[in-house]
Amino acid sequence: MASKTQSKTTAEFADDPINASLTADDKIELLRKMVRIRRFEQTSLKHYHAGSIGGFLHLYIGQESVAVGSISLLGDHDHVITAYRDHGHALAVGMTMDECMAEVFGKKTGCSKGKGGSMHYFAPDKNYWGGHGIVGGQTPLGAGLAFGVKYLGQKGCCLCYLGDGAINQGAFHEALNLAALWDLPVIFIIENNGYSMGTSQVRSSAHPEEGLAARAQGYNMDWAQIDGVSVYEIRAGVNKAVLRAHEESRPTLLEIKTYRHKGHSVADANAEKYRTKEEIQEHMAEHDPIDFWKSTLIGEGVITEDDYKQINKEAGAEADAAAEFAIKSPFPDESEIFDDIYWEVDNNTEAGRTGRHFFHG
Amino acid sequence: MPREITYREALREGLDEELAHDDNVVIIGEEVAEYNGAYKVTEGLWKKWGDKRVIDAPISEAGFIGMGIGASMLGIRPVMELMFYSFAYVAFDQMMNNAATCRYMSGGLINVPIVVRGPANGGTNVGATHSHTPENIFANMPGLKVVSPSDPYDVKGLIKSSIRDNDPVYFMESTVLYGMAGEVPSNDELDEGELIVPIGKAKVKREGADISLIAHGRAVVSSLAAADILAEKYNINAEVLDLRSIRPLDEQAIMETVRKTHRAVYVEENKPFCGIGAQVSSMIMEQAFDDLDAPVLRITSADAPAFYSPPIEKLQLPTPEEIVERSLTIC
Ligand SMILES: Cc1ncc(C[n+]2csc(CCOP(=O)(O)OP(=O)(O)O)c2C)c(N)n1
Ligand SMILES: [Mg+2]
Repeated sequence: MASKTQSKTTAEFADDPINASLTADDKIELLRKMVRIRRFEQTSLKHYHAGSIGGFLHLYIGQESVAVGSISLLGDHDHVITAYRDHGHALAVGMTMDECMAEVFGKKTGCSKGKGGSMHYFAPDKNYWGGHGIVGGQTPLGAGLAFGVKYLGQKGCCLCYLGDGAINQGAFHEALNLAALWDLPVIFIIENNGYSMGTSQVRSSAHPEEGLAARAQGYNMDWAQIDGVSVYEIRAGVNKAVLRAHEESRPTLLEIKTYRHKGHSVADANAEKYRTKEEIQEHMAEHDPIDFWKSTLIGEGVITEDDYKQINKEAGAEADAAAEFAIKSPFPDESEIFDDIYWEVDNNTEAGRTGRHFFHG
Repeated sequence: MPREITYREALREGLDEELAHDDNVVIIGEEVAEYNGAYKVTEGLWKKWGDKRVIDAPISEAGFIGMGIGASMLGIRPVMELMFYSFAYVAFDQMMNNAATCRYMSGGLINVPIVVRGPANGGTNVGATHSHTPENIFANMPGLKVVSPSDPYDVKGLIKSSIRDNDPVYFMESTVLYGMAGEVPSNDELDEGELIVPIGKAKVKREGADISLIAHGRAVVSSLAAADILAEKYNINAEVLDLRSIRPLDEQAIMETVRKTHRAVYVEENKPFCGIGAQVSSMIMEQAFDDLDAPVLRITSADAPAFYSPPIEKLQLPTPEEIVERSLTIC
């Protein structure tokens, strides 16, 4: 549950015009999205343990409010790009559980036809540009999407998410400089969950006292720190940055404080060693963004406890059905190995037919 | 009298025509705009096209190339200049991970129509950090295309097709060639109205029957000089095949010349270990073994970082004399 000060500020954030305009249905939809993300991941975790999913699985559990709150603000010319902890953003932009689940199962029906896996979801039709596995590597791309929007004369922006560990990558600093220098409508959102793998944030980043985002001052860029427990606060804070991007074509660096309940990835054997059980318990019991939003909505009379149970049940059923879909789907065919490498080859153009493109065998 | 212009001018003409051809073409790089280009390749383009189309970037290769990759996903066609291709290494993650694999990892939903161009050559006494020849490194990565034009005609035709190509093209030039003049027809002399050279098509630059000198980039020029010596002094008629692009590779043209002359030498300014010659000679062995009258030779740069001292660095690169000498061992 929220502390007193939090509920006070929550009331203030609730009055922000961007939140005051939310209908009861909108609010329920935000809850449903967060619950769907959580149930999707809990289900994928179950199947990971059962051995149906390979490689890494980085769960977003505990951080759902960040993707759902911020992405709920976007319009037609706004774009999203993130790192490998990408299931939440994918479902938030409207990708289906089926295509996302099938992808982690490595199936042909996955969003990337089984070629990307958990870390590499893409949906350009929903302005969702991945899903990137190299820490910080997506940040210049985020600046580039904003460059593209501006170049094409559209009123839009790019939300570019990264972790608290990623902020020490050189490419990120280059992206910050370009964004500020060239007035790119990009919003870098540091999802500060306190850890980069097993290294706590205090052990990895030197930064001004005011927080990680305050580094933006060095680039003459606007910044803010946001508490990630409340959807209202996230929406109010991110919306300011979106307006700045849309109206002034200026970038913003945001730090959203959040927490991941699970280990770094499912393979993280030390999830309870570099931090205490009590710390995890406290976050799960007192700062869980879904619990918080649920109580907020019950407090507002928007939903009842039973409504919540129903939403949870439906999301669980949807996730189970997605797993069923994934299990039943075929694996990709070996013949697909050489598809999707060159656009010109895939489209059988003159250029794609000229010269040898592949050299195996 | 056909028109002669330099490699630099031909390249600029190609860039200029593509800026005119497609509003989404944008040139970005260090000193490309107001300074007119570190090598004057982009001279006058900023003045003509303005701030939106020709953009000076800070010294931030990972940042601006990564930015170009992101923009290209939205249909922008960024043509990024690297002041030296050696600087690609600070943008390596962007060029290898992001440009090359986003299409694959998205199951074909994305394509990255970016061009990254600049000089990739040694031989100018600037030391090892400024003399890298990474065509083999980038050609190793499926998803990328590597183009290496050796004359003014090709550099114009190939830059135009590279910009129109819907995949990432890494376009490697040579500062030594920038001042070289050659025949480049003006557009009104051409039936098609413009000069386009397809990527993936090699060109026989000199016909011959006795030995094939296969090369790319400036090594083509050295091979042509060697062929002259072989003809004059030794009565050996060498065929010179310019690959023009490394990936895609014109395998057919390689096998045709080998089947014609039965002797092949690969000449390149790249390093020997897993160089282009290693790839090409392996393909020749597999596909034309019975046509060979001698082992395939590889002539490369010396297997050492580039030497600064001018007289010594010269010896590191394949010279016409070395090509002649080595060729004679199999003729
Ligand atoms: C360039 C690079 N270095 C290291 C890794 C391995 N790695 C993956 S995630 C991670 C921690 C990143 O933490 P953070 O940025 O805080 O994001 P979070 O996992 O907390 O979401 C590391 C070290 C990587 N994928 N890429
Ligand atoms: Mg973190």
